[in-house]
Amino acid sequence: MEDNTIICRCEDLTLSDIRKTIRAGFHNPQEIKRLTRCGMGPCQGSTCRELLLKEVASAAGKSVGELEMTTFRPPTKPIKAKSLMEGEQNEI
Amino acid sequence: MKSKADAVIIGGGVHGCSIAYHMAKKGWKDVVLLEKGTLACGATGRSVAGIRHQFGTEINIRLANESVRRMERLEEELEYSGSIELMQNGYLMLAYSEEELDLFSCNRDLQKKIDPENQTEILTPEQAAGLVPGLNLEGLYGASFNRRDGHANPFHVTQAYAEAAARLGVKIRTGVEAARVQKEGHKITGVVTGNGEEISTPVVVAAAGAYTKTLGAQVGLDVPVIPERHQVAVTEPLEMILGIMVISFEHGAYFKQTPHGSLLLGVGDPEHEVKDFNEKSSWQFLFDVVKKTTFHWPALREANIIRQWAGLYDMTPDSQGIVGKTAVEGFYLDLGWSGHGFQLAPAVGRALAEIISGETPFIDMSCMCLERFERGELIPEPACV
Repeated sequence: MEDNTIICRCEDLTLSDIRKTIRAGFHNPQEIKRLTRCGMGPCQGSTCRELLLKEVASAAGKSVGELEMTTFRPPTKPIKAKSLMEGEQNEI
Repeated sequence: MKSKADAVIIGGGVHGCSIAYHMAKKGWKDVVLLEKGTLACGATGRSVAGIRHQFGTEINIRLANESVRRMERLEEELEYSGSIELMQNGYLMLAYSEEELDLFSCNRDLQKKIDPENQTEILTPEQAAGLVPGLNLEGLYGASFNRRDGHANPFHVTQAYAEAAARLGVKIRTGVEAARVQKEGHKITGVVTGNGEEISTPVVVAAAGAYTKTLGAQVGLDVPVIPERHQVAVTEPLEMILGIMVISFEHGAYFKQTPHGSLLLGVGDPEHEVKDFNEKSSWQFLFDVVKKTTFHWPALREANIIRQWAGLYDMTPDSQGIVGKTAVEGFYLDLGWSGHGFQLAPAVGRALAEIISGETPFIDMSCMCLERFERGELIPEPACV
């Protein structure tokens, strides 16, 4: 179960990958994100952020609210490079 | 609370961790590393993590040669269980004028003089397009290319150094700020942490990027460094379509694909970027970076941008690092890398550990001393964004 339950779909990370990192001593969601890329993919953590926080919270014996949330990075949803260029043209 | 240490290193970026490892390897006992956030949470982790041989000053070429060699075997050297994701497919530097190409040729000659096995080559625009299919040849005069340049993951390189240092006895303390460096007369006596803990020590190594200015001022030194925000945009992961890093100094833009598949797009914009500790992303940057990088490589127009981040360069007046001892006995510096520091950490960590141990460093670092600014002996690096 632990081995093949997917936590981060974009970066193909399983529950076992996350638990292994937590067991290595990382109890800060930001650190786990940076080392594993959990939440860095095209959906920007819309599914895995919450799952990651819950895993860390249960391992650290804390509530989710006590943990530092991973950073939300713009532009939040994928935007095609050419759409950005056209957007600027329309403004002028 | 009071404690003692033989040395305190301030800053848990790749430089601080490399210094810690090299000091411990030389037999230093009781070394403490203080990091106010998490490892690599500052400039290290926010860099695009290129590694290259193609520099234009002797000191950087020597440091780069040693550093790339070490990166190639870093996992073995540090017995790291993870991967540093090293990729060596090359850096392509685009020249948009005869003068710029001449400069690249001069740099190449210097690189070959220092290391006859250096592989930097000067390419025609057509040869450059052979490496990057679809490269825009408009205005392109030529290029410089070295196939052993590349990329490594900055979080894992830092982690690898930190874990190796910890195994050798270094105490890595994250979440602990070095609030104040103390001296008596001209000698370092200790560090007070953000929690009020006093660590008495005769040696302090300040490797805290632009934050080092404050630490220097606490012991009466003027460290001329300012933070400058730089930003990066990231695309969704794609098949490996661009193995190499492409840079234009003329336009202050670069783009590359990481081994993971995502493309990193960056712009250096010293004229408009904020010069403070602001690490927030700006919307305007997305327009700028897309406009510039799609000029060089129009295929990028179809790529999805999924996120962006910002980080701080620690800029010095000549865009070169400040390394070595200072007028305050026991106070050492390693900062100010102005955007090319990540890749040089293996060599600089070794050289500084040798200096702190009272040895002659394997590379003469004296031109990087703090006093160069007073003396007006600047060493500007021509090859950086």
